[in-house]
Amino acid sequence: MNPLRRLGKFVLDSVEGLGRASLFFFEVTVGTRQLARRFELVVQQVYAVGVLTLLIILVSGLFVGMVLGLQGYHTLVKFGAEDSLGLLVALSLVRELGPVVTALLFAGRAGSSLTAEIGLMKATEQLAGMEMMAVNPIERVIAPRLVAGIIAMPLLAALFSAIGVLGGHLVGVGLLGVDSGAFWSQMQSGVGFREDILNGVIKSVVFGVVVTWIAVFQGYESVPTSEGVSRATNRTVVFSSLAVLALDFIMTALMFK
Amino acid sequence: MIQRRQLELWVGVFVAAGLLALAMLAFRVGNLTAGEVANGYRIQAEFNDIGGLKVRSAVTLAGVRIGRVSEISIDPSNYEAVVAMEIDGRYNNIPVDTSASILTSGLLGEQYIGLDPGGSSQYLKNGGKIEITQSALVLEKIISQFLFNVAAKPDPAKK
Repeated sequence: MNPLRRLGKFVLDSVEGLGRASLFFFEVTVGTRQLARRFELVVQQVYAVGVLTLLIILVSGLFVGMVLGLQGYHTLVKFGAEDSLGLLVALSLVRELGPVVTALLFAGRAGSSLTAEIGLMKATEQLAGMEMMAVNPIERVIAPRLVAGIIAMPLLAALFSAIGVLGGHLVGVGLLGVDSGAFWSQMQSGVGFREDILNGVIKSVVFGVVVTWIAVFQGYESVPTSEGVSRATNRTVVFSSLAVLALDFIMTALMFK
Repeated sequence: MIQRRQLELWVGVFVAAGLLALAMLAFRVGNLTAGEVANGYRIQAEFNDIGGLKVRSAVTLAGVRIGRVSEISIDPSNYEAVVAMEIDGRYNNIPVDTSASILTSGLLGEQYIGLDPGGSSQYLKNGGKIEITQSALVLEKIISQFLFNVAAKPDPAKK
């Protein structure tokens, strides 16, 4: 195949994949209507994507907050503004790092396992078996996972930001001697509920939709071989990380003027 | 496979912890409680120069925050800045001859409006206007004024 044809095939494949992913998303959205009656399926998946991701989120959040505290302090102290450390830590976490780092970790931990699970279900013909028994695999397998991802992601991001602020407090107040009152009061006067916290939550919901959507789509579309599942898992992590970072830029440009 | 009861318990803990974190962000980190002015009323003041005052800057009386700047615009007739403030409904006894000045917290900190109550027994109502105002101190203007004074003064060393 000459390079020009290969380029054309790549473009056509990408556009076709996007179309398929969109139709798939629509189908899953329609499939979620069944979940009101079978909510325990969602609860199970919230456990798998949320509770099992909790530890890595909490540990990372604590360390990110502590590093922000250290770096922020050494920069701010040059201007005699170390009292603003709390504001710096909280704004960085709530606006950017909380949603974005959580989404990246979520893609690596929960997204990849979703893709591998669904891909293996397909490879071992469990999905085909469900269809044989007149059970729609999109309603039974995919929809609860998507809903669970959308529920879990904002909660994880909120936990990440909250524990990050505590980590910043630990380093700033405990280690470096910033005044605790100034730390909190500067934070409270500078962080707005609607413009900072709510926008951060909106970001994390969008990331939850996108990461879980990519994960379940890649699993559902994977070539049913061991190599195919491994490639699909790989693609999930790469695509969802890129999507998160690109969407973050667009949303930040729209939200914070 | 994990027991169903235990699974539900863990999911419950997770959701509760997540919501708690969100509540902590809203109340402890953000200013959900302090940001909104409860059943406030609106007053206006005109300034020659508002400096770095912004919407949502604080309005204080004796150092206590009693409201926020809600809108900043220009009066087209005299080119002065019109600052609308939302004052907390609990402080409804501000005299009409109160003066407003734009102050800076710290040397380079944020700017806010400080109210200095007058002695009148009539109080400002919704839509009222503060007549006595003092503009923000703009650092460049102070420096140029200072330099101008230094230059204008005869140098004592040359006498």
